[in-house]
Amino acid sequence: MSRPSNFPPPFSTADYVAEPTDPADERIEVGVLIVGAGPAGLACAIRLGQLLEEHPDVAERLGDVPVAVLEKGKQPGSHLLSGAVVDPRALRRLFGNRLRMEDLPSFGLVPGESVYVLTRRAALPIPPPPPMRNHGNWIFSLSQLGRFLAERAEEGGAMILPETAAQRLLVSHGRVVGVRTGDKGRGREGGELGNFEAGSDLVAKVTVLAEGTQGHLTGVALDRFGLRGDDPQVWELGVKEVWKVAKPLDRVIHTMGWPLRPGKRYREFGGSFIYPMGEDMVTIGLVVGLDYRDASLSVHDLLQELKTHPKIRRILAGGERLQWGAKTIPSGGFHALPRRLHAPGLLLCGDGAGMVNIPRLKGVHYAIESGRLAAEAAFRALQRGETPASALSSYDDAVRDSFIWRDLHEVRNMRQVFGHGFFVGGALASAMTASKGRVELGKLPAEPDADQPLLVTDRDASYPAPDGQLTFDKLSSVFASGNKTRDDQPNHIRIERRVPREVAELWAHMCPAQVYEVGAEEGDGTVMVDVAPSNCVQCGAITAKGGRLTPPEGGSGPEYTLT
Amino acid sequence: MATLVFLEHHGNELQKGSLGVLAKAASLGDGDVGAVIAGEGVKALAAEAGKFGAAKVWICEDAEVAQPLPQPRVDVLAQLVEEGGYDTVLFANSVLAADVAAGLAARLEAGLNWDLVDVELRDGEPVGKRPALQDSVYADVGWSGSPRLALFRAGSFDATPAGGGAPEIADVSTSYAEYSTAVKLVAQDAEESSGPSIEDADVIVAGGRGLGSPDNFTLAEELAKALGGAVGATRAVVDAGWYPYSAQIGQTGKTVTPKLYVALGISGAIQHKVGMQSSGTIVAINKDANAPIFEFSDLGVVGDVHEIVPKLTELIRQRRG
Amino acid sequence: MRIAVCVKNVPEGPSRIDPSTKRLDRSGEGALNHFDANAVEEALRLKGDSDTEVVAVSLGPQKALDSLRKALAMGADRAVLVSDDGAAGSDLVATSRLLAAALEREEADLVLFGQQASDADGAVLWAAVAERLGRPVVSQAMELGVDGGSVRVKRQTEFGYDTLEAPLPAVVAVSDAINEPRYPSLKGIMGAKKKPQDVLSLADLGVDAGEAGEAGSRTTVLALGDPPTRGDARKIEDDGNAAQAIVDFLAEKRLV
Repeated sequence: MSRPSNFPPPFSTADYVAEPTDPADERIEVGVLIVGAGPAGLACAIRLGQLLEEHPDVAERLGDVPVAVLEKGKQPGSHLLSGAVVDPRALRRLFGNRLRMEDLPSFGLVPGESVYVLTRRAALPIPPPPPMRNHGNWIFSLSQLGRFLAERAEEGGAMILPETAAQRLLVSHGRVVGVRTGDKGRGREGGELGNFEAGSDLVAKVTVLAEGTQGHLTGVALDRFGLRGDDPQVWELGVKEVWKVAKPLDRVIHTMGWPLRPGKRYREFGGSFIYPMGEDMVTIGLVVGLDYRDASLSVHDLLQELKTHPKIRRILAGGERLQWGAKTIPSGGFHALPRRLHAPGLLLCGDGAGMVNIPRLKGVHYAIESGRLAAEAAFRALQRGETPASALSSYDDAVRDSFIWRDLHEVRNMRQVFGHGFFVGGALASAMTASKGRVELGKLPAEPDADQPLLVTDRDASYPAPDGQLTFDKLSSVFASGNKTRDDQPNHIRIERRVPREVAELWAHMCPAQVYEVGAEEGDGTVMVDVAPSNCVQCGAITAKGGRLTPPEGGSGPEYTLT
Repeated sequence: MATLVFLEHHGNELQKGSLGVLAKAASLGDGDVGAVIAGEGVKALAAEAGKFGAAKVWICEDAEVAQPLPQPRVDVLAQLVEEGGYDTVLFANSVLAADVAAGLAARLEAGLNWDLVDVELRDGEPVGKRPALQDSVYADVGWSGSPRLALFRAGSFDATPAGGGAPEIADVSTSYAEYSTAVKLVAQDAEESSGPSIEDADVIVAGGRGLGSPDNFTLAEELAKALGGAVGATRAVVDAGWYPYSAQIGQTGKTVTPKLYVALGISGAIQHKVGMQSSGTIVAINKDANAPIFEFSDLGVVGDVHEIVPKLTELIRQRRG
Repeated sequence: MRIAVCVKNVPEGPSRIDPSTKRLDRSGEGALNHFDANAVEEALRLKGDSDTEVVAVSLGPQKALDSLRKALAMGADRAVLVSDDGAAGSDLVATSRLLAAALEREEADLVLFGQQASDADGAVLWAAVAERLGRPVVSQAMELGVDGGSVRVKRQTEFGYDTLEAPLPAVVAVSDAINEPRYPSLKGIMGAKKKPQDVLSLADLGVDAGEAGEAGSRTTVLALGDPPTRGDARKIEDDGNAAQAIVDFLAEKRLV
């Protein structure tokens, strides 16, 4: 059977690394350039603001714009999506006594929690396994938190530049010197429209990549500087909705089991989450590992199916869907972390670097902590006036000394064991947790998601037909993400267009935004893949499963506000 | 209520939209309704206004109103409101009328509710109906103080003769502010008859993927020609290169509100729906009985566009002679 | 020459009406009304490389500064925001009064508006403002040129194209067919913060509280409701006679 990795996309890292090309006096100079206005990037900007306030002499040396944050979405928060139940430790460290948790736009402390194993009709409660205990954690909309952090970063002096995509990594004499931003106003065929605006070279003393999952330049940098870790990175795809509900939900819920299949040959690892957002809203999402093998698996449709479960139907009864979104989560854990988190002139943070604890389903606090540590390392280097060729190595040391490293090491094999199926995997995982990671399984094999051989079932026959009230089709869901991407622009998705039918089916089902459709048959067993790039919500699933996502024109994509 | 209706004309005809507003005003039955017509040689149109319910028609044939410009008309109406004691002035939306209504509102410090689709009397007070948020919500709107100005959406009311008799005709003349007469019409070009643009068309025939191939867009074009309308397209077919982006209707294309929208082979995804949902009448032809478009069309036809549309086009041609 | 452009900050994303105030919920993020971007673009084209000053003027809450900054990023020289709690809920009468007061201070040769506001869908503001300023007004401009002391406009009406001339100072509303607004360059965005941005209160304008906001308005929103249903929807299957059935349907509705 086919593997998607046999049909690699037309993509070359070298196309995205270049020397600056703008004349020197047209390049835009900033002190520290941060790519991505998510929790990692904004924590970095906030911490830098604090440090530069305490050390105005250093601030002066950084010029007119000491800290700039690029964001490819319409505004900070537009591309942020998570659960989210957040461990407050990193936020507390970031803000110190300047702000308390109560000052942040949360939905309060986790009021209680339950874990269920679902079957088609029943929900069997099990005691929350240790990694899933959320006492003392806070419920947030990451999109809202992002907007809040952006305001704090601006107050601290950072300049946030939304609707700006970072297209190329600028490297000179082996050192990262900044990024080139994307063009705007190109037509579908690449030609310049009437309002064409070329991108610019943005140069900086230190560049921090905080692009989140499937970070475009992060991927480029990992290859260019040979930073990839022991294991290939793998991902999960999460699709979620935010609902207005009639009855408040009084606890955080996680589920396992149905509608995912437990057999080893399917490799369906994941589960769902249902979190209260105040008195009148709830968020529900389904997360599935992209190492699944069934070409007819559609996470979006499994989420719709999940909502038909009697227990979940009751939670949503009388409610109304407000928003929808999708995003991948890196799940390779400890062994997939980059071998180094820095290169000359460069620091890597957050989800882009794979800092996610899958068993706890948490990554926001690691992102924030890594951003904070990156700020401190960058500041140290700038303060000493060092050419940051190796000056940024203190960042790696700081991360290794932090709870990020400790936590990820503790759960290092958790994800891989689930390749053995839910029951065996679950038992092994419990053993690991109980022993705090001291059960030594050696290093378990890990394969890229796109290497998984495909099988085809009639899974899609059981997906519910959308009724527009409880269940929804993909196109109306894309609408509910706020996506209004300009159509007449170049296609930002790189895939092999002519593939065996099952690979095309895989992509068509996989993509929650209906970007791919099985097109005309070519007569030799292959089909064309039709692409509708303006549907794309930039979740990143295609990169995991055989293609490559690159950033479209700045401002494109979803406009999340509650996710 | 003492109601005055602003009537527009073009050439020798009173515009149907404003006649519809006049008919509606008369039907409210609250006092005599006056009408005003301004322009060169408009006296001949006064009798027509009577047929649609005007008890009194004011005629202004001053040189200053010979050109179809708004500001001199503000002067005329302001005078009429004062002299004629009108407390309500109604307009049917047009490029000209909107500017007159707004200018008059500022001149008289009078409340103007616009984009109304209806008005009714409640306890002797007029209440307007105003769609908002892409027609997803309807607001009841009112006025405080006097006079009350209302601008109705084009085509809100049918121009049905109210069976009125000959109206009283009076001349009105006024002095004009300097700035009112500062704009000069230098040239006029009538619309080329290459068919209406999508934004202005009363009829739009739109094609989607159900047409099957780019060649089949001729089906839409022929039907549009027969109906005197414009051709539109969905994002999917524009993406596929079947039709230019300028014809794209939908969330990321144009929003249109024609009187008649004929959707051929269009599924009706929400991205398309938000661009045409306010159309007066929606007729959809699609092979798929479960296509979402049938949920918001007035007439849904489950069938093959390739069979139905040519016949339909021929019947329309015959009918229109 | 000085050109003033009136811009509006409108809510982004799905709009909601706040049921308690019956006004548009403006609490979400805002954006420059995209029709006003046409007006800003036209002002910048007229400016070209000359020392004509382009001033962006707006009325709204503090966060309307975001839209003004976008105008500055595109190339406008200065921004003026009229912001006062007492101005909330202003209708056309009150809004035009406030804007006119702000524009009087500017003494602009040309005042530009965009085609409509995407939130209130009103295409009326410029005529009211022009009346208060005592200036000639031309709307629906699809081509615009300034020559000596007058402005020449080509506009589209229901009947065709008119060419008009008016002496400056004048008010012109541009249609969205006039141009394609430029994307602000990165340099433009970064330089916008440094350009002058004034925030004026009612007192600064010399406008009394009773003349603004709800107190200064002459229209009211009484209630909100659902739109009328589309009426009887009919669905038929083609049995060979669908074409005739459609014609009959259209005839019944007097559409053919």
